[in-house]
Amino acid sequence: MNRRHLPLLVTILVFVLVYALCAAQYPKMLSFRVVGNLLTDNAFLGIAAVGMTFVIISGGIDLSVGAVIAFTTVFLAVALDSWGLAPGLAFPLIVAIALLFGAGMGAVIHYLKTPPFIVTLAGMFLARGACFLLTTDSVPVTHPLYGTLTGFYFRLPGGGRLSLIALVMLGVVTLGILLLHYTRFGARVYALGGNAQAARMMGIRAGRTTILVYALSAGLSAIAGIVFSLYTSAGYSLAAVGVELDTIAAVVIGGTLLSGGQGFVLGTFAGVLIQGLIQTYITFDGTLSSWWTKIVVGLLLFAFILLHRILVYLSARRAAGIAAGGAAGVREQPA
Amino acid sequence: MTLIRSLRRLLAATALSAVALSAAHAEDLTIGFSQIGSESGWRAAETKVSKIEADKRGIDLKIADAQQKQENQIKAIRSFIAQGVDAIFLAPVVATGWDAVLAEAKEAEIPVVLLDRTIDTPDESLYLTAVTSDTVYEGKVAGEWLAEKTAGKCAIVELQGTVGSSPAINRKKGFDEAIAVHAEMKIIRTQSGDFTRAKGKEVMESFLKAENGGKNICAVYAHNDDMMIGAIQAIKEAGLKPGSDILTISIDAVPDIFKAMADGEANATVELTPNMAGPALDAIIAYKKDGTVPPKWIQTESRLYLPDTAAAEYDARKDLY
Repeated sequence: MNRRHLPLLVTILVFVLVYALCAAQYPKMLSFRVVGNLLTDNAFLGIAAVGMTFVIISGGIDLSVGAVIAFTTVFLAVALDSWGLAPGLAFPLIVAIALLFGAGMGAVIHYLKTPPFIVTLAGMFLARGACFLLTTDSVPVTHPLYGTLTGFYFRLPGGGRLSLIALVMLGVVTLGILLLHYTRFGARVYALGGNAQAARMMGIRAGRTTILVYALSAGLSAIAGIVFSLYTSAGYSLAAVGVELDTIAAVVIGGTLLSGGQGFVLGTFAGVLIQGLIQTYITFDGTLSSWWTKIVVGLLLFAFILLHRILVYLSARRAAGIAAGGAAGVREQPA
Repeated sequence: MTLIRSLRRLLAATALSAVALSAAHAEDLTIGFSQIGSESGWRAAETKVSKIEADKRGIDLKIADAQQKQENQIKAIRSFIAQGVDAIFLAPVVATGWDAVLAEAKEAEIPVVLLDRTIDTPDESLYLTAVTSDTVYEGKVAGEWLAEKTAGKCAIVELQGTVGSSPAINRKKGFDEAIAVHAEMKIIRTQSGDFTRAKGKEVMESFLKAENGGKNICAVYAHNDDMMIGAIQAIKEAGLKPGSDILTISIDAVPDIFKAMADGEANATVELTPNMAGPALDAIIAYKKDGTVPPKWIQTESRLYLPDTAAAEYDARKDLY
């Protein structure tokens, strides 16, 4: 057990606590149906948030997420219905386009030494604008495969459904955990976010890692877009407006440090579920304004930022105490 | 001891039967309403009226505001299904992409009623009925009123809604049909005022200038009340009297047009009722009671309002918007 894991633990505790409170008031929330809904309804958010976790741990930010999702839905609607492209071709094609797009943003961030905020903001406008080049309408996707894919699910007890898109999300989260915590690439991402200069001195090629991180985020956004397009069976240029902010919120609530260097994919997953839970609660209640979701998420964000500051402060004090006591080696450096 | 015990039992039994009685008595329906948002005064009024209509019938209406996002509407519908509501009302933000979630509702045997807008779906069995207004008919009511008022003789200027929007297309179509039978009724000028007050005023000003200071114009027809309120302003600024020098007819029936009518500055409006929930609730109550299947389309009334009731209508509506 490491002090570093405390934010993750707090997030999971908050999730369990919130769920318990909801279930106490509305026993029907403790059902497989609601669990299935949480996973299905938040699948696109969860997938995009995994990418965002990598970006934020590397010390960056990606504002183009929602726009890439929208572009993907519009692209698929047009490609499948107007151009007659096969889904087996259209899906990899849009992911490849997104990977290139993300890699491009990463390259600009690294080589032109531009803040990621500005570069991905430009990326957001570009991707959103490109939707309007294809179509401004909400285009239905009528391809028969969509019916098959959305009709595919495992039945859970009590009428619940574990849908295909929920499975995709769970798969992405699992792969994200493996990639971040058990590979060299993951270690580089942490190193880059912890201290870019030190990372470079340690021989980490910051440029390559940056490019890969943004390519990963855009690629996952495209997969989130495919999921979103399956979810609504339509392409719409104004879909997923502001989703990037929801993913950032999920990442921070999930215990990732906004300044980089620390964080967990599992925490992000819990952060996504907490947001979904609040929304579900508000719908179950039926009298609260849905804007309460934003208020509660805002309050949670503040609470977690506060928690981070306290932890950083405490570990700094401890490190100072250890140094003063002449103990050999400082185990933990504040990020 | 035994006396107390049997008394207690008696009390418990009475309480139980009272509960059972009240359960059998009340409608006891819970309905989830996935509303688009609160983007316009009309939309906010629709939400408020829905609550009032549900309360009137003793129905528990749960409203979820989707903030103009389809994903939020789908989530809300899924939550309603999980809750096991008795019916779902849906005012869809877009026409497409409802098949999967409505199929889930159908499987859970929860009837769905569409309010105010319809959806594109190959499977019409996904919803029980749709309660909407007939926008073509609204235009027709407006045209017929004007024909009667002017004895079929009138030079009209028209303020159209947003180009290409379905209410603008349909309200024009209905009005044109109504005046087509009168040879001496003609639209002499028509232009879009984008459904807004500011544009309505601007376009009306140009109409007045082009038509001899407004002397050639007998009436103005606006696709919504907001544009008409702008146009009334323009007519007054041109030194003419709206409501008598130039007649007005518009659609929507928002509070401000009633105020104008009460002041004698407007002549008539056709209502787009915010009460879509009322007919929907009645349909659901009948359906739950004895399985009465409503028609696939319930058309709301497009009532014509005239100045005589304007003051009372204004008071009744001002708090809804």
